[in-house]
Amino acid sequence: MLDTAYRVEIPGGIHLEAQVVGPIPRIFAFTIDLVIRGIILAALSIASIPLGLDGVGGGFFLILLFVIEWLYPVLFELLARGQTPGKKLLGIAVVNDDLSPVTLGSSLVRNLLRTVDFLPFFYLAGVVTMLSNRHFQRLGDLAAGTLVISIAKSAQAASLEDVPPLAPATQLSRSEQTAIVEFLQRSAHLSQPRQQELATILEGITHQAGEDGVERLRRHGAWYLGMR
Amino acid sequence: MKQHEFEALHQELWRQIDSALENPARADNTALLAEHYLSLCRQLAIAKERMYDAALVERLNNRSLGLYRELYRYRAETRLNFYAFLRRDFPLAIFRHRFFILIALVAMILPGLVAGTWTYFDDEAIYSVLDGSQVRHMERIYDPEARKIGREREADTDLFMFGFYIKNNISVAFRCFAGGLLLGIGTLLVLFFNGMFMGSIAGHLTRLDFVDTFYPFVIGHGAFELTAIVFSGAAGLRLGYAIINPGHSSRLDSLRQAGREVVPMLYGIVVMLTIAAFLEAFWSSSSSLPIAFKYSVGAILWILVLLYSFSGRRHESR
Repeated sequence: MLDTAYRVEIPGGIHLEAQVVGPIPRIFAFTIDLVIRGIILAALSIASIPLGLDGVGGGFFLILLFVIEWLYPVLFELLARGQTPGKKLLGIAVVNDDLSPVTLGSSLVRNLLRTVDFLPFFYLAGVVTMLSNRHFQRLGDLAAGTLVISIAKSAQAASLEDVPPLAPATQLSRSEQTAIVEFLQRSAHLSQPRQQELATILEGITHQAGEDGVERLRRHGAWYLGMR
Repeated sequence: MKQHEFEALHQELWRQIDSALENPARADNTALLAEHYLSLCRQLAIAKERMYDAALVERLNNRSLGLYRELYRYRAETRLNFYAFLRRDFPLAIFRHRFFILIALVAMILPGLVAGTWTYFDDEAIYSVLDGSQVRHMERIYDPEARKIGREREADTDLFMFGFYIKNNISVAFRCFAGGLLLGIGTLLVLFFNGMFMGSIAGHLTRLDFVDTFYPFVIGHGAFELTAIVFSGAAGLRLGYAIINPGHSSRLDSLRQAGREVVPMLYGIVVMLTIAAFLEAFWSSSSSLPIAFKYSVGAILWILVLLYSFSGRRHESR
């Protein structure tokens, strides 16, 4: 099945689920980071001119060049909860494959192996590898046992104060009840015609079609939620 | 319990958790977070079991994930015990990589010896490895007439060279390691070319009888630099071998295992190359010290590095 859900059992005795992130947001995040790195470098090179470019300033600049080239992602992944600034903007984060925050060792391995993901040019190897395994891991991720997940905020619950609950005339199974509750929760995101289309399918339960059917279903949903 | 009641019951706790997650800096009460986390896990399990709707389960899941990441973050911050690392972890990692170290050593020394012998006996040979301007530059900096060995420079350019060696040498070591992922071939190529360059330069300068400037310059930092490059090669070959011969596990598991095992080698390589860059910039380049003294210190450094590298066996449990 094509599914970005990544499920893992964590201490606490439950299965947590996260959505793994594909190449496109990761490329955006990388590009943003690239720009940020460029700006830092430009600022640093200007700052090191007064110290003398072939003396202290130059040495200082070269060390920072090294740090930014190799350790920029490592530093941010460790100190900013798995997020470089680019990743933060896109709401994605690096985690170990048990969804725990990335450690120094795994961050170092995944970022040093970036060199190989880059081959033969523009991260071709990395993207091809990402697209050929289930969890969109590039080569560095595979060796380090890390993955990139989405940590976007979940949507707030819809306000249901205006829906008066109504008991349905028929006894429904648990999964059918859940389906009706979800119809209620999601109806804000569905177009009117689509809602009516769905409600009409359930005419046998609501004994109403079209707009009235939608209203009935929403009220049944509120009843199943336990609203009084 | 109906979902609505369930939500009303836990609303307050969820609000607290959300605000704690939004300002993680203020949420310093780990014990409280852990308690919240356990309650949340229980609620998530209940919500799934009672088939509450997917949106609620997702909110609970994301909240739990946030708390989980916050709680286990402290593991990522566990400070590296630097002393224990130098005393035990690094030598042990070296011991466990011994076969790969041997291969890396051969892959670097063999082309070095061949190229060195060739350039020593053939005046033209060096030009097959380096171009004319590089050869002239090298001959100039190691010319015994030069004021300062390594390059003509003032004291504060030592700092420049320190930065230069850090950037250059550690980058080479990192690339050498990363090349291991290409079934070890990338690593072997980096080792081969580095060995060949160093060998041919040494051979050529020996031929020109620049012995008294070249060898005292390289002996000191070479102890750390050459060893570290071989170690980075060994770490790379470990990765490549894990893919070629995964043994009883899958190739992926085998690679992941290798990825964990090489980590102490990587830390160690960075430490060694930083020492090497420091020595190369501030010690090796000094021309005021007597040659015999530089040879003696260099020899002592080599002995220390080798003794250290062989000290890992006793930490291996069996």
